[in-house]
Amino acid sequence: MYTYTDFDRDFLRARVAEFRDQVARRVDGSLTEDEFKPLRLMNGVYLQLHAYMLRVAIPYGTLRSAQMRKLAEIADRWDKGYGHFTTRQNIQFNWPKLSDVPDMLDALADVDMHAIQTSGNCIRNVTADHFAGATPGEVEDPRITAELIRQWSTDHPEFAYLPRKFKLAVTGTEEDRAVIRFHDIGIRVRQQNGEIGYQVVIGGGLGRTPMIGKVVRDFLPRADLFAYLEAILKVYNLSGRRDNKYKARIKILVHETGVEELKARIEGAFETQKRLLPDLNPDVVNRIHESFAPPAFKETDFDPNTGQTPPLQAFIDTNTHPHKRADHLSVTVSIKPIGGTPGDATSDQMRALADIAETHAYDELRISHEQNVILPHVHRANLPAIYAALRDAGLATANIGLISDIIACPGMDYCALATARSIPIAQQIGEAFSDLDAQHDIGPLKIKISGCINACGHHHVGHIGILGLDRAGVENYQITLGGDGTEDATLGARTGPGFAYDEIVPAVERLIETYLDHRSSPDETFLALYRRLGLAPFKAALYGDTHAKAA
Amino acid sequence: MPRPFAPKIATANHLLEGDVIYFTDPGWSRDHSDAAVAQTVAEADALLARASQEPHLTVGVYLADAALVDGRPAPTHFREAFRTCGPSNYFHGKQAE
Repeated sequence: MYTYTDFDRDFLRARVAEFRDQVARRVDGSLTEDEFKPLRLMNGVYLQLHAYMLRVAIPYGTLRSAQMRKLAEIADRWDKGYGHFTTRQNIQFNWPKLSDVPDMLDALADVDMHAIQTSGNCIRNVTADHFAGATPGEVEDPRITAELIRQWSTDHPEFAYLPRKFKLAVTGTEEDRAVIRFHDIGIRVRQQNGEIGYQVVIGGGLGRTPMIGKVVRDFLPRADLFAYLEAILKVYNLSGRRDNKYKARIKILVHETGVEELKARIEGAFETQKRLLPDLNPDVVNRIHESFAPPAFKETDFDPNTGQTPPLQAFIDTNTHPHKRADHLSVTVSIKPIGGTPGDATSDQMRALADIAETHAYDELRISHEQNVILPHVHRANLPAIYAALRDAGLATANIGLISDIIACPGMDYCALATARSIPIAQQIGEAFSDLDAQHDIGPLKIKISGCINACGHHHVGHIGILGLDRAGVENYQITLGGDGTEDATLGARTGPGFAYDEIVPAVERLIETYLDHRSSPDETFLALYRRLGLAPFKAALYGDTHAKAA
Repeated sequence: MPRPFAPKIATANHLLEGDVIYFTDPGWSRDHSDAAVAQTVAEADALLARASQEPHLTVGVYLADAALVDGRPAPTHFREAFRTCGPSNYFHGKQAE
């Protein structure tokens, strides 16, 4: 992976020193909160419901074991012994004290990490397929492009005060695990006549106005990457709405302007940028390319039956993804224990993951947007040892892609913007379907829960989406069905009126019963059944026949 | 018809710790039931103005509805109720203190 230069390290230390001074000036009264708030947000410090929160960037979700150990140390030293992995491949600490944050940032800088641009109306952490560099069918490791974009966008002076936050995601395969159709800019690495380039999608997003991104370039040559991205950002920076924060994302500009008109403006800006900016320097690309070279894969003769047990086999069947090498796999470690908080790992678990990665998996870890941790390169011979170590750490839940592998935003348990709780709903659904055999019988199912319309829990793209709202001072949960964040990008459809806090889990149980009753065979997934039959049988199960007809 | 006035308290987060605090007029407490209560719109405006005068200690001062229970203020909205105790997934925050 990319390693910092002395320039990068000096920059980070200077930035921490600057923030330390800003905190001191806020505490001694020289800075007002209005002056200080944008400064702390630029450094990833939010004020939440019960405490401050520090959001740390994990570029394209990639970590070395030393970095994971440092996150564990920070959790123990300055927080409450755990961290929360987010849907943008970042980690959040929920209980820092303001005066400790500069020390936390210095500790992060020890391992080339920071919290810059994890908040505010700027270009945020660039995300990528969590199986990058490991999965079969990849044109190229998407992290090469993500790292190019990271370097270009970090502290880019022109794009520090955009109309609203701006998120990019990159995938290197036709399958989309990076949700590129729901980002401000989504990028798919492509190859044409031996040349690497990009399909570029703009204007996707979730939130209160969910939109599927539109393709503006089917093949952008790599040399033009920055000129084209700058063209998009310039058009957005000038024309994006600043009068209403709810209409300020680029998706609204695309929607209000029309994609053809906007495309023409972007192409116009691109012509200018191309004259001003040199082509992307191939030497720079090559240097970054080399820093993402695959590890020296272990060549070992091994007997796949050695150490095999039924629980290990069940784990392998559920929690692994094919690797580009037949003797390797990618392992997804579930951070969704039954009844637990989606995405929360204790410091002990972080250290266990670091040890496993260092000893058995080429020292590499990934955070997925689905709030799990990935060991991207695992030799099959190491699976028994990894499984045993994960079990010891309470990390061996074999539920990836199943009903209890739920995405949930922090909701009103932490977030100041939330209108309802999300985490307890996820916990209760996990408990209602705690039997793993039953989960396997239900099969692939993505439940995604948001605690407000900002949709951090991606509910619009859940096969079952749950949105928590405040209805006249009471928590109320709306259901959407049929959403899909992959290459088949689809927004879920609302079933009808919402459900009270203590009614939503029984409602989900009725949806599952309906699916099991109607599926043509166990091979027909929940999503496939929904696509075949639509809302009707689910509405009947949720509201009764009369209501379904009336609705 | 306008809704009847609900009694108000002033609340904020502590600048250094981020913890939820309540204005006791004068001073601040970590306990909702210590909060000073405004019974009219004019009292509420004045309470908010006084609570906002310590920006070196507080962040984000605002008025929240409260009900009087045995003469002491209690939260009426679930958000304010959560703020008095902490998250529901762990025994952290005020409930653990």
